[in-house]
Amino acid sequence: MTDKSHDPNQMTGAAMIVRALIDHGVQHLFGYPGGAVLPIYDEIFQQSEVEHILVRHEQGAGHAAEGYARSTGKPGVVLVTSGPGATNMVTPLTDALMDSIPLVCITGQVPTHLIGNDAFQECDTVGITRPCTKHNWLVRDVNDLAKVLHEAFYVATTGRPGPVVVDVPKDVQFATGTYHPPRKSDVHVSYTPRVKGDATQIRKAVALLAGAKRPVIYSGGGVINSGREASKLLRELVEVTGFPITSTLMGLGAYPATGKNWLGMLGMHGTYESNMAMHDCDVMLCVGARFDDRITGRTDAFSPGSKKIHIDIDPSSINKNIHVDVPIIGDCGNVLGDLLQVFKAEAKKPDIKAWWQEIAVWRARNSLAYRKNSEVILPQYAIERLFEATRGHDTYITTEVGQHQMWAAQFFGFEEPHRWMTSGGLGTMGYGLPAALGVQVAHPDSLVIDIAGDASVQMTMQEMSTAVQFELPIKIFILNNQYMGMVRQWQQLLHGNRLSHSYSEALPDFVKLADAFGCVGLQAIKPGDLDGALKEMISVKRPVLFDCRVAALENCFPMIPSGKAHNEMLLPAEATDEATAAAFAGGKALV
Amino acid sequence: MNQPASAYFLEERHDPTESHTLSVLVQNEPGVLARVIGLFSGRGYNIESLTVSETESQKHLSRITIVTTGTPMVIEQIKHQLDRMVPVYRVVDMTLTGRSIERELAMVKVRGGGDNRVEALRLADAFRARVIDATTESFVFEITGNSAKVSQFIDLMRPIGLVEVSRTGVAAIGRGPEGM
Repeated sequence: MTDKSHDPNQMTGAAMIVRALIDHGVQHLFGYPGGAVLPIYDEIFQQSEVEHILVRHEQGAGHAAEGYARSTGKPGVVLVTSGPGATNMVTPLTDALMDSIPLVCITGQVPTHLIGNDAFQECDTVGITRPCTKHNWLVRDVNDLAKVLHEAFYVATTGRPGPVVVDVPKDVQFATGTYHPPRKSDVHVSYTPRVKGDATQIRKAVALLAGAKRPVIYSGGGVINSGREASKLLRELVEVTGFPITSTLMGLGAYPATGKNWLGMLGMHGTYESNMAMHDCDVMLCVGARFDDRITGRTDAFSPGSKKIHIDIDPSSINKNIHVDVPIIGDCGNVLGDLLQVFKAEAKKPDIKAWWQEIAVWRARNSLAYRKNSEVILPQYAIERLFEATRGHDTYITTEVGQHQMWAAQFFGFEEPHRWMTSGGLGTMGYGLPAALGVQVAHPDSLVIDIAGDASVQMTMQEMSTAVQFELPIKIFILNNQYMGMVRQWQQLLHGNRLSHSYSEALPDFVKLADAFGCVGLQAIKPGDLDGALKEMISVKRPVLFDCRVAALENCFPMIPSGKAHNEMLLPAEATDEATAAAFAGGKALV
Repeated sequence: MNQPASAYFLEERHDPTESHTLSVLVQNEPGVLARVIGLFSGRGYNIESLTVSETESQKHLSRITIVTTGTPMVIEQIKHQLDRMVPVYRVVDMTLTGRSIERELAMVKVRGGGDNRVEALRLADAFRARVIDATTESFVFEITGNSAKVSQFIDLMRPIGLVEVSRTGVAAIGRGPEGM
């Protein structure tokens, strides 16, 4: 018999976890210790290859890992304990599932013999996280652990990316077994995501594109997920075809905001020209987006006259909300590459001058216009100044959720992919601050700014302490209007201006709060204060809380009123009280 | 066009629904059934009938047969949603292939005496149901067939003295020499 104690692949479950992280190239791990993960934390203590970032709440770890993943293209990794550690991860896991972010979350579990016993800090983690993960595993035998961990990384990062959970009981962490490095047989043979698009479908798509008179390209987060090459190919396609391009919230940056074919973001708060182009087009090319309800408005009036081509790696995204004519299942980058090749070989740039002239008319409506004000800072102005101040810097933007998020999407120009981290699908208030931490961990020398609202930022405020501990100089730029702005806007537009519980009474003094956390507090009250304070925020190499006092009752326009079609947008210039009331017909009259 | 004040588009479309039988080949591992059922409840799909059993123990394969209803678009969604689950090997729409056999087994308990007893036996004979338990005042019949036949038999037993029914749900398989 061989002496197993000398076999380097014999190790405890806890050691296997750290070893697997190293084998998968993980450099940073976000987590929070607790009883059921102590053996793993003991292993982390005794090595230096994986750096652990200690958060203040497990939700923070999850969003930080999301920011890390979204800004690098690598999976974000989280380690939390059983019970409350796992349940606190439910929000970031769901967020990551909705936005297709690769996360590998390792949770501790009570020892196997106590499972089902209502043991201390026990919960049914795999049961609870089943609907909010791409897949999850409970590992009952240490000899299955290596295989499951490798499969977890594979599933999270391939196909349509998403979050996975590996639940490891404490006795499995202590037990000794055999580790093996990643190998192909670790993965379910039933899991075979399709990467390459069908050639016949691609030819059909090219024929449609080549014959288009009023085409539009509508790209989404899938292009970003597919990697930098996909964004390059998308830009080339726009160049080769001369088509106008718009993008979802999640897809910003795949095509540059300064690009001449850029129409701006589409959807509920998108630009007039992009929504009108979507409505009136004859050929729509959807790349890595999913016809979400914030994009389509009323589905029965969505782009009624167009032939639709849809490129998506997830077959279940096809024909889910909107029937498409030419579905192409495959990875965006891969399909775009093939499509470009066929287009260049067999098609010519169609003449769409007349279409561009129509678009120019829509564009002239200047749907993002707002009234200038010298007395109070308008939130749109604040974002514009922030954008100006960051020019020339290597900037990453995260956001919370609400009006500020939409203004950031409208007024901050993104030139590159992976620079814009926002909670699109789930709409998680409190996402931006911890996400900024994750981005800063991945890009220590870059300028990382969370464009925040006063309400959202308080949901995960405790993570400022993490920023201070790990010397992560994130900038929290709070558009402080003392309201849950988007809630208040909807209450005004849809509920007779009865502002039920949307006013933030007793807001903290953010400058003093910054001081208490040991970071820098800044404030701007008048438009004249803004540029100087922004300059200071950017130059200081410490975490900053910036309290930017903005007009309290500003609404986010343009807007597609609920239940309306793309061509029924409400523009800011026309948003008088009467027009707004009429546009929201069915809602209560406005005061 | 009018809908109540909401940030969502609320008008529902009422397209006609269809019933489809899906065969789903899955890895037989803990939680796989919960995953499939959770998909249906989580996304608001219907389950009319569900049958599960391991079919190839060497390869740890189970076959799930689901009868579901929905609009053609929803049925397509269900198939894609099932197919993208990690432990799912294949999803075949038995209704769409049009070459499948569906069977269900039911055990039907009937209580009564005199003419009812004779009538029950006569009907059972007509439906090729077998008596698998008998007492002086009751029978348990075993009947196999498609769901409509089983339901019809149960309906006929009701006035005679139906006590209870246990049905297996639908199992389906394709005709011809090929497997799924």
